[in-house]
Amino acid sequence: MDTYVQGILILAGINLMAVLGLSLLTGFTGLFSFGHAGFMAIGGYTAATMTVKFHWPFIPALLMGGLMAALLSVFIGRLTLNLKGDYFCIATLGFGEATRLILDNVQYFGGARGWPGIPNYTTLTNVIFINIIGIIILANLIRSRHGRNMIAVREEELASQIVGINVFKYKMMSLMISASYAGIAGGLMAHYMTFLQPKMFSLIKSTELTIIVIFGGLGSISGSVLGAVVLTALPEVLRSFASWRLVVYGLAVIIIMISRPEGLMGGYEFTPSSMRKLFSRLKKKNITAEGGK
Amino acid sequence: MSKKITAILLTCIMIITIGMTGCAKPADTAPTASDTIKVGWMGSLTGDQAVWGQCEFNTVKMLFEEINAKGGVLGKQLEAIGYDTKGDPQEAVNVAKRLTSQDKVVAIIGPNASGSAISIASTLEQAKVADIATVATNPKVTVLDGKVKPYNFRVCFIDPYQGAVAAGYAADVLKFKNAAILYDVADDYSQGLAEYFEKTFIEKGGAIVVKEGFKGGDVDFRPQLSKIKAANPDVIFMPYFFKEVALSANQARELGITAALMGGDGWPSDQLITMAKDAVNGSYIVNHLDFDDPEVQDLKTRYKAKYNQDLELNGFLGNDAVLMLVDAIQRAGEVDSEKIAKALETTDIKGVTGTIKIGKDTHNPEGKEAAIIKLVDGKYVFQQKYSPK
Repeated sequence: MDTYVQGILILAGINLMAVLGLSLLTGFTGLFSFGHAGFMAIGGYTAATMTVKFHWPFIPALLMGGLMAALLSVFIGRLTLNLKGDYFCIATLGFGEATRLILDNVQYFGGARGWPGIPNYTTLTNVIFINIIGIIILANLIRSRHGRNMIAVREEELASQIVGINVFKYKMMSLMISASYAGIAGGLMAHYMTFLQPKMFSLIKSTELTIIVIFGGLGSISGSVLGAVVLTALPEVLRSFASWRLVVYGLAVIIIMISRPEGLMGGYEFTPSSMRKLFSRLKKKNITAEGGK
Repeated sequence: MSKKITAILLTCIMIITIGMTGCAKPADTAPTASDTIKVGWMGSLTGDQAVWGQCEFNTVKMLFEEINAKGGVLGKQLEAIGYDTKGDPQEAVNVAKRLTSQDKVVAIIGPNASGSAISIASTLEQAKVADIATVATNPKVTVLDGKVKPYNFRVCFIDPYQGAVAAGYAADVLKFKNAAILYDVADDYSQGLAEYFEKTFIEKGGAIVVKEGFKGGDVDFRPQLSKIKAANPDVIFMPYFFKEVALSANQARELGITAALMGGDGWPSDQLITMAKDAVNGSYIVNHLDFDDPEVQDLKTRYKAKYNQDLELNGFLGNDAVLMLVDAIQRAGEVDSEKIAKALETTDIKGVTGTIKIGKDTHNPEGKEAAIIKLVDGKYVFQQKYSPK
């Protein structure tokens, strides 16, 4: 497989990791976030600090990035999770932008000029491996009692409170797990790009993640997987349109959303066995489409 | 019913997209590949800096056509393959991977953004393909932790130099004592220039009376400008891009600030004159070249004749990048990306922006003088070539 196709798959994997986290928060707990790029930035800068300045191995550094993002989310969550609906969404938006602007001015990390020279540890193999672990954990979580409680919170907050679910606790749990996924994705990104710049984690990145979740279908892990792969690959596939590329990309997304407002998967899941089949089919398609060149 | 329509639509999109990838390739990998030399280009064709990116790519295409008409290089035709990076480092990596692994280019020209030029370094090293950045002025584009990156080159001078030139000229030639700095806190280029201007200006015995920041995309600069007005500086250094320069310059004059304005290579653009002709009158710019230099007129008229647009700054540097590459291919004697990279290290040519002699340990053009330009009645008037002591 040539490095271009490999690169796109790695990027799709990185996006998927962040999207999985966001899917838990938005798709299963019903909280919209426009600040996940902020968590990615925290994770990315933490992981890079660990490998570059303290010479940690890759995986512990990634976990540290995830942990750091989770810690910060606890702090943010305490302050904002009591806000309802749109208000929470705006608070996360503020958090994401604030994180980026602070990083823009922390000269220890290179400020807005960026931080070059991060070792290149992210490979296709470890991205796929980490994603599979991420999916398994998430799938099991959602099927557990805690996951069902989160879904109950999404469906009817008041009712779930009345039957004895600690709504705040489950929202917090969901936000924490979600942030740690984003943090790990940020760490992967740092070690793939070998360069970090706060500009990479702008509001556009956050909205891109949210779009992927909605595009794939709220409340569907397989939808997130599909969404991440399709929406990461699509702009690259459209390269032949030159400067019209992003217009076509936007149009394609709009058409799909109009014709399928519930998203690609619309809350349905592939069972593990049929998912495996789909994966191999997608891969084959990719190879014939991209590899033939 | 609606499900059926969806299914059909989705299938259509998939087929179209897959079909597209298919047809992007054959033209490029035609068996005649041995008669052509494929050169990649990347830069912003969309986004904030699209004006510059499009001009740069047009220049490269125009020069390649001219060279091909004269028989090409080493008897082969040059072919430019360009992709958009949106000025985004992540897109730049995708583009670099596509150019090197699928299009199999022998060298890459661009990008103009430093962030993009830095992030593609490891891809270039893996593929052993050289890149000549055009307007990427961040020092870390070619050198990292004291080590030169083997496949990164550039044709422009660097930020510390540009900042030092501006400060040196303001302090030594214009005899300014008090300077104010207004800069974009969220922009790498702006931060760099502000930092080096401040350093040099203080070394020269001047004082920075006030340093104010704004965030890219802002349209109201009055709060910062009011503070600057209160500090009453001789000169305001504005190291950012023409759109914000035009807005902030207009607002500064509205507030009654009469101090001279000064800026870097983010200024020169026809847009600036259209938007703020009177406000920027009498301002000084540190630039890569003198637009009225007789030696560059030929290039300007050729471009104007072909595209019916004025040549922007990036076009001049794009021109020099092409000259540098053609020279390197000729000296390498064969179309091999590694040999071209080696040849680039010993470049010593004369371009429209000055002499380009690549330093082996820096991959920067050494000792390139900056041009000081003064804006007078909407015209770029050349003052002098200047390099700080």
